[in-house]
Amino acid sequence: MTGHTPSANEKAIFTRTKGLTDTAFTYCAGCMHGIVHRLVAESLEELDVLGKTIGIAPVGCSVTATNFFNCDMLQASHGRAAAAATGVKRVNPDNIVFSYQGDGDLAAIGTAESVHAAARGEHITVIFINNAIYGMTGGQMAPTTMPGQITQTSPYGRIIAQDGYPLRVVEMLATLDGVAYAERVTVDTPKNIRTAKRAIRKAFEYQRDKVGYTIIEVLCTCPTNWGLNPLESADWMRENMFPYYPLGVYRDVKAEGYANIVDAAAALLEEQTAAEAERQAAEAAKEAAKVAAKGGGE
Amino acid sequence: MTQPQREAKRLMKGNEAVAEAAIRAGCRTYFGYPITPQNELAAYMSKRMPQVDGVFVQAESETGAINMVYGAAAAGARVLTSSSSPGVALKAEGISYLAAADLPSVIINIQRGGPGLGTIQPSQGDYFMSTKAPGHGDFKCLVYAPSTVQEMADMVGDAFEKADEYLMPAIILSDGLLGQMMEPVALPPIKDPADCPQHDWALTGTRGKRAPQEVNSLRLYPEQLEATNNERYAMYDRIKAKEQQAEMYRTDDADIIVVAYGASARTAKSAVDLARDAGVRAGMVRPLLVWPFPDDALDSLITGGTAKGFLTVEMSMGQMVEDVQLLVNGRLPIDSFNRTGGLVPEPKAIAERIEKLYKQTAEGGN
Repeated sequence: MTGHTPSANEKAIFTRTKGLTDTAFTYCAGCMHGIVHRLVAESLEELDVLGKTIGIAPVGCSVTATNFFNCDMLQASHGRAAAAATGVKRVNPDNIVFSYQGDGDLAAIGTAESVHAAARGEHITVIFINNAIYGMTGGQMAPTTMPGQITQTSPYGRIIAQDGYPLRVVEMLATLDGVAYAERVTVDTPKNIRTAKRAIRKAFEYQRDKVGYTIIEVLCTCPTNWGLNPLESADWMRENMFPYYPLGVYRDVKAEGYANIVDAAAALLEEQTAAEAERQAAEAAKEAAKVAAKGGGE
Repeated sequence: MTQPQREAKRLMKGNEAVAEAAIRAGCRTYFGYPITPQNELAAYMSKRMPQVDGVFVQAESETGAINMVYGAAAAGARVLTSSSSPGVALKAEGISYLAAADLPSVIINIQRGGPGLGTIQPSQGDYFMSTKAPGHGDFKCLVYAPSTVQEMADMVGDAFEKADEYLMPAIILSDGLLGQMMEPVALPPIKDPADCPQHDWALTGTRGKRAPQEVNSLRLYPEQLEATNNERYAMYDRIKAKEQQAEMYRTDDADIIVVAYGASARTAKSAVDLARDAGVRAGMVRPLLVWPFPDDALDSLITGGTAKGFLTVEMSMGQMVEDVQLLVNGRLPIDSFNRTGGLVPEPKAIAERIEKLYKQTAEGGN
């Protein structure tokens, strides 16, 4: 897999990232894991942090990521990557720690771990693959499965009255003070891949600079379990997932003018405290006016 | 057990003594979640860890806490968590992964009565869970069974050392009685965390000095998983041969052998004395670890010993008794005395059962 070695009159203008091992991906045809793996690996290489990075791969298709990333890797149980990442990071705070999780893992069985790692502002980076289905187990309904989407466990399509609504993860996490950066990206076109790369790299930079918790949600396809070919899958994603899960930045404390989550949280609290004082003063004034009006009537 | 150099005694709660002893054993990483009757332990850690540059995290759940333990252990830390019975049940998933990934760690169970929400009163109802099935799949944990506050302090250091030696999780199987009671305790000496074993498999980043490595419990190929299991069980056999520990109390000439561990061994010991006063030669075997179970100590009292019958005393419906039955294997009669709900077996009641069993064995012509 090491490829072609350039001869004397040839010049290498593009090489495989050192962030990936030489092991060939074992993902299905058309699966977007490979692209996302590469973007993560390139970012780590460019930031020169591969030597102090520990990746966490929990249960799902992502468990095989231990074979592909060229850094220390920890396999975690289903849903617990954020807790395991917390353990790794707290022991060695100068390490770069990332988890690579699917939607069932992060947004169903691991919701508590994910929300609380974000709320604590753990200095970790979460790469969240949302393909609206459980991949490894053969295509069951996920917390992010679209309304009406047919899966192995929603044979009549996801019925909202029965199964509830899909989770918008980055929107939800972006409300937490511990989150420094939350963006939703995708990798269906070269342009979107470049945007995704910038987002992933920025998340790792924020982690390195101890800005706060970072999460990048990547909308992906699962041609095998969707029962579509790769091109049809990309179309289906654009048509069905993009409207429900809009791409974009949901939180970026630095862009908001803060150095880190601590400053951002303090500013928000200050703002809320002032607003509350104003509300209480207005209420008191209203009450006083009421009493005065009553007193005048007697 | 190795007797560490002792400081002057001080009066401490079991929950606090075990926490301080863990820090003195070089532990600087603790993850917990509130549950009665172990709350003093986590509270103590929340106060002490910042004083020693340690890590304290109150997790979102017991499941979260044990998976933080998993991450910290993989990063090479000497790491502790604690809970009580229902919370330890929640940790079962993580304990299985710790065992499967060969990661050392210590889990303290300050047992309370079950099943279900049960009671916050002391119990020994987690013997099965600790010794037989601390999680899914084929594995064991070292299981220490302290019966005094002093032993809680001493055993946690032993548990860390043995967990590191065998690369497996160790459980301190205590209970609400020992956790809540105050006793004089001489704390073990302070160990510098830098003197704790450094593991070359720890995930600390390659630092450009070695190839990337992984900690993984996945063994997809049948032969691979079976080979790993065989290897681990061969190690368990070595542990069974080497690590059995029991206190033998007045057993030399004893006809009736009481078997009890932990809190219930305290009153069982008094019962042995009462029975002796009444003219029955009684003795007691007290396992200091319940896994590995002290088979050899019990067997020596049958083969070439004077034992004519066994009485197990437990604060459960009878769990350890099954290990005694396996070992005795029909050679001698076995009776069991069980109290639950938080009730502690009373010496007089136990002594009566000793005398009853003695009469039965005498009549049976054993």
